Amino acid sequence: MRDYLRTHEGEARIFVVLALLTAFLGFASPSFFSAGNFASLMNNSAVNVIWAVGLLVVLITGGIDISFAVAASVVQYLTALALLALGGGNWILGLLFAGAFGIAIGCINAALIAGFRIISIVVTIATFNALFGLLMFATSGKSIYDLPDWWTDRVAVVPLGAGGALALPVAAMVAAMAATWFLISRTTTGRQLYAFGDNPEGARRAGVATVKMQFIAYGWMGLMAGVGGLMQVNLAQEVVPNALIGRELDVLAAVVLGGARLGGGRGSVFGCFLGVMLVAVVQNGLNLLGVSPYAFKLVIGLTILAAISFSNVDLAALLAGGSRRRGHAGSH
Amino acid sequence: MLVLTERFGRVFGREVPGLLGLLALTVVGFGLTTPHFLSAANFDSIAFQLPDLGLLTLAMLAPIMSGGINLAVISTANLSGLTLAWILNMNGGPQAGVFAFVVGVVASMAVGGASGAAMGATIAYFGAHPILASLAMMIFLRGLGEFLTHGGDISGFPDFLREIGHGSILGFPVPMLVFIAAAILWHVLLAKTRHGFSVAMIGSNPQASEYSGIPVKRSLTLVYALSGVMCALAGIIMLTRFNSVRMGHGEALLLVTVLACFLGGVDPFGGFGRVAPVFVSLLILQTLSSGLNLLGASQHLSTAVWGLFLIAVMVVRSATPTLRSLFESVMR
Repeated sequence: MRDYLRTHEGEARIFVVLALLTAFLGFASPSFFSAGNFASLMNNSAVNVIWAVGLLVVLITGGIDISFAVAASVVQYLTALALLALGGGNWILGLLFAGAFGIAIGCINAALIAGFRIISIVVTIATFNALFGLLMFATSGKSIYDLPDWWTDRVAVVPLGAGGALALPVAAMVAAMAATWFLISRTTTGRQLYAFGDNPEGARRAGVATVKMQFIAYGWMGLMAGVGGLMQVNLAQEVVPNALIGRELDVLAAVVLGGARLGGGRGSVFGCFLGVMLVAVVQNGLNLLGVSPYAFKLVIGLTILAAISFSNVDLAALLAGGSRRRGHAGSH
Repeated sequence: MLVLTERFGRVFGREVPGLLGLLALTVVGFGLTTPHFLSAANFDSIAFQLPDLGLLTLAMLAPIMSGGINLAVISTANLSGLTLAWILNMNGGPQAGVFAFVVGVVASMAVGGASGAAMGATIAYFGAHPILASLAMMIFLRGLGEFLTHGGDISGFPDFLREIGHGSILGFPVPMLVFIAAAILWHVLLAKTRHGFSVAMIGSNPQASEYSGIPVKRSLTLVYALSGVMCALAGIIMLTRFNSVRMGHGEALLLVTVLACFLGGVDPFGGFGRVAPVFVSLLILQTLSSGLNLLGASQHLSTAVWGLFLIAVMVVRSATPTLRSLFESVMR
């Protein structure tokens, strides 16, 4: 237990918070544990989790990506245009296009970061502005509603009785989580990603191909941005060029809440999932308790602030009776 | 001459000559290709539009110098603007007097400063990462504002506010004069005072600063508090310019303020940065935007060009350190 706390502190903390919150909501609102509520909670969080695990890989390598939500919008639009040009397409073609466009955008980021040695936050804020501006300019802000049926039809993957069903985005979420877990925990490349994030110069001297690491991280982020964008269309049933902008900061907050370290070298897939779910459960709970929607963000902001403060109190040291200083201000 | 340029570089930053060259290039380029660009009306419109973005960028600059970031600048500005709006409305709305305005301005700055101080304290005393803490504060403040206004806007202010938002003194627009004064104040604060020195040291190396007796926690809290006051000033100017306040107003400017700082050569990791080059960068961004506007392009194309411009500048900066030293040796 103490070992687990030491290696997975962030996850353990947020898991406790989430469990307490879930128990409270279960008592406070009878419909919280209903199948329908569970299904809608999962379906609505799936896309954020997909993006979160993509962002996780970037954070592990010590980088940051602000541009992925806008990239997802660009991918949605390009994929829709490509599929409509092909006369409809199907899921396989959709995944191929979305994945390829996403990876391409990720590689642009990686090329700028690795090729010119520019800091990732500068590059991705620049590509954020460039991509969003170009997308809105090229599309004049017009949405696409006339999409192929296969793309917008609800697919019930796991039926949960009368209450609803886990839809396709949840399946994609599980696949994205499994793939990301495999990449970062079960491959040599994954170990290298952590090593590179923890100490870039040390990793380089130990023979890690640093440029390759950047391309893998931002390419993976791009792939997840594309897949998430594809699934978002399945939920929203439309392609709106400015619908996703702003989501990047919510996802970033969730991933960091889930224990990933800004600055690299730490973070897990399970933590990402917990981080996204914490925010989603708070919002869902407020909804069920009949709180005014105008108060949602207020409470979510407070929750995150409380969680940050809580997560910087030294829990393991309290349990072990020792003292250990964690973190310091202004570290990157 | 040699001594003079050396001195100029030391006081205002070495990026300034290059950026001034780019500014001249932009002005000449648009002047040759775009009719009406070199008109008094156009420069007037630049001078009226720049202060919003400019003041918000100053608010962003100081935290970045300290090795952090303040993603709550827009929501702090909005909430401070709301504070002023409420106090004006409580004192008769359009009939409110100058005294109510002064009280409102003070209250508004107090709200901005308090929001900033709370965020700074979370970062300094809890060791929360600035990105996460300011993100949570952004969500919280926006939520608070939306909760209180239900997403609507507040308007109906006394006429003399128009004189501030749209008036001129000796041909200079009042908002621009406020911005210039704020920029000078910020330059002095960051480059000439003990506090500014502490901020730069903390940005370079928080641990070493701690050991050398700099009150790191207090200084960090103060940086964010002052940043909040600057946000309030931006919120007040926005109120007088648009004659209304709404939560979420100017949200698109958030990452542009970061972009402007990076363009002005502020180190993303903190420790280094000057007000003067950031000021020139802001002039470049606004000139680009208004030139493109005169050519009939939308604001979205300007956003894209801003992003691409930052990439280009960063590529040039990082790819040619040799070119720069060559340039400098020629200057000498």
